[in-house]
Amino acid sequence: MTLLIGSLTIGFILALLALGVFISFRIFNFPDITVEGSITFGASIAAALIMAGWNPLLATFLAFLGGMIAGAVTGILHTKFKINGLLAGILVMTSLYSVNLHVMGKSNIPLMAGNTLFSWFEGLSPVFFGSTTNVDVLGWMVNAEDIVVMFCILFITIFFGILLFWFFRTDIGTAMRATGNNPQMIRALGVNTQAMIILGLALSNGMIAVSGALLAQYQGFADVQMGLGMLVWGLASVIIGEALITKKTLGFIITGAIMGSLLFRLLVAIALRWGMNPNDLKLITAIFVFIALILPGLLEKTNKTKLSVNIKM
Amino acid sequence: MLKIKNLYKTFNAGTANEVKALQGVNLDLAEGSFVCVLGTNGSGKSTLLNAVAGTFFPDFGEIFLDSENITKWPEHRRAMHIGRVFQNPFSGTAPDMTIAENLAMAAQRGKSHGLGQAIKSNFLDEFSNRVKPLNMKLEERLENPIGKLSGGQRQALTLIMASWQKPKLLLLDEHTAALDPKTAAKVIQLTEEVIKKDNLTTLMVTHSMQQAVNLGDRILMMHNGKIAFDFTGSDKKRLKVNDLLALFDEIRRKEQIDASVSELLVKSYV
Repeated sequence: MTLLIGSLTIGFILALLALGVFISFRIFNFPDITVEGSITFGASIAAALIMAGWNPLLATFLAFLGGMIAGAVTGILHTKFKINGLLAGILVMTSLYSVNLHVMGKSNIPLMAGNTLFSWFEGLSPVFFGSTTNVDVLGWMVNAEDIVVMFCILFITIFFGILLFWFFRTDIGTAMRATGNNPQMIRALGVNTQAMIILGLALSNGMIAVSGALLAQYQGFADVQMGLGMLVWGLASVIIGEALITKKTLGFIITGAIMGSLLFRLLVAIALRWGMNPNDLKLITAIFVFIALILPGLLEKTNKTKLSVNIKM
Repeated sequence: MLKIKNLYKTFNAGTANEVKALQGVNLDLAEGSFVCVLGTNGSGKSTLLNAVAGTFFPDFGEIFLDSENITKWPEHRRAMHIGRVFQNPFSGTAPDMTIAENLAMAAQRGKSHGLGQAIKSNFLDEFSNRVKPLNMKLEERLENPIGKLSGGQRQALTLIMASWQKPKLLLLDEHTAALDPKTAAKVIQLTEEVIKKDNLTTLMVTHSMQQAVNLGDRILMMHNGKIAFDFTGSDKKRLKVNDLLALFDEIRRKEQIDASVSELLVKSYV
């Protein structure tokens, strides 16, 4: 049960990563490699500021701004300098590696002693559970603080989800979606597509940086290598999420991305629990994504065979 | 309304693929005028339209819209005043977004895109009213993604969207070329209604001589990047398809004498 709560908590934290990847990858059709740099950037900024005594909420907000700047740079490189999107992302990601080392001053910062958002969340435990340290959940004894932390992160993630849903139905959000869907059309309707791309990438990487900041505060350290492989996890969450939903409208896709992140983390946790070798984690990730990609097609085929059988009868 | 001065544009200059698309085009279009542009393949018709729309910048020359010099304006800035319908029925609408959302974006042309909700509460009624005259039952499908519609339906919607906020200039780039004859006729009828309703200044490129004869009040025939013939008023009204065919023939006959040969002839005999 502790495993479940832990997986769900990380699932919700990384759902913000999934939402950020969803913006660049699905809305703009932009394969944004910056992700691996900006998630670490967010973590480094938050960690450095928190250990310097700053308010963790402010530190997380500054992480968001940092991510936005990184995304904007990628956008500018692509639109104003006409650099291929993939390359622009790689350039920024590579540069951020050095930037992160400067921000942290070293290759990693431990946060155990710091006043993080999670210390706040844990401090809320007495409000709900009084002085009990362990709570009975369906027969399992779970740490009360873990439960409170999970619900806090759940609310934060759902808040961001609703925020995105609202944003993409505004005039500017709709123009952004059109920029990714048919840039020629929206340009002929008077929208500056370059500005939309820059803003969209800024938003995407801002959210990813917040995910990084929260992850660092949760796991108790920020490490300059922590971004490695995060893009694949983000993509995996988005793709698994798409396999789960029925309709393709905005609200469903956003919910799908969040659910995909949760499901993905749960599957990984279960696989590890069953004794999978942690070295195989990347391979298992690839297999999960593969299944998620072919599943919708397979389901459609089985439905069609059922239909044709009925018609023959 | 539209003034084009001495427009030149060459693509791939200096290479084997060099195309002298526009070679000194001059045009003066009055407000409310409906011009059809005809021409042989490669005469520069679409290039002229794209130059006005801002898809590229000309090598030389100036373009004025409503007395404003728009030569240096980027495409999206010009789009605030210009409505466009493309040849490709899939170019004018966003396939994964609903009909309502596409129409909402058309209604926002020229306005700043802020944080207000795109589909405002009173919009849906207005959308229904504007879409009903099409007789395509689209008003019942406003929440459907546009990608499900046929080419003709999408082209009709693109036309409605281009003219939603009365544009100073409407550019139609062979917009029925990719449609079957019946749908093309419907779209042309819609085009006439839309233009007449708001007295829109229109520049329409077409391959169909029948369309050029039936519609509008002015015909331009282009050849080799220049305007070869210009018919207005009663001259234009008198034109029939056979007359246009004869003009095309005349151009082709002139072509058979190579430019260098005619120079030689001029030197010898003049």
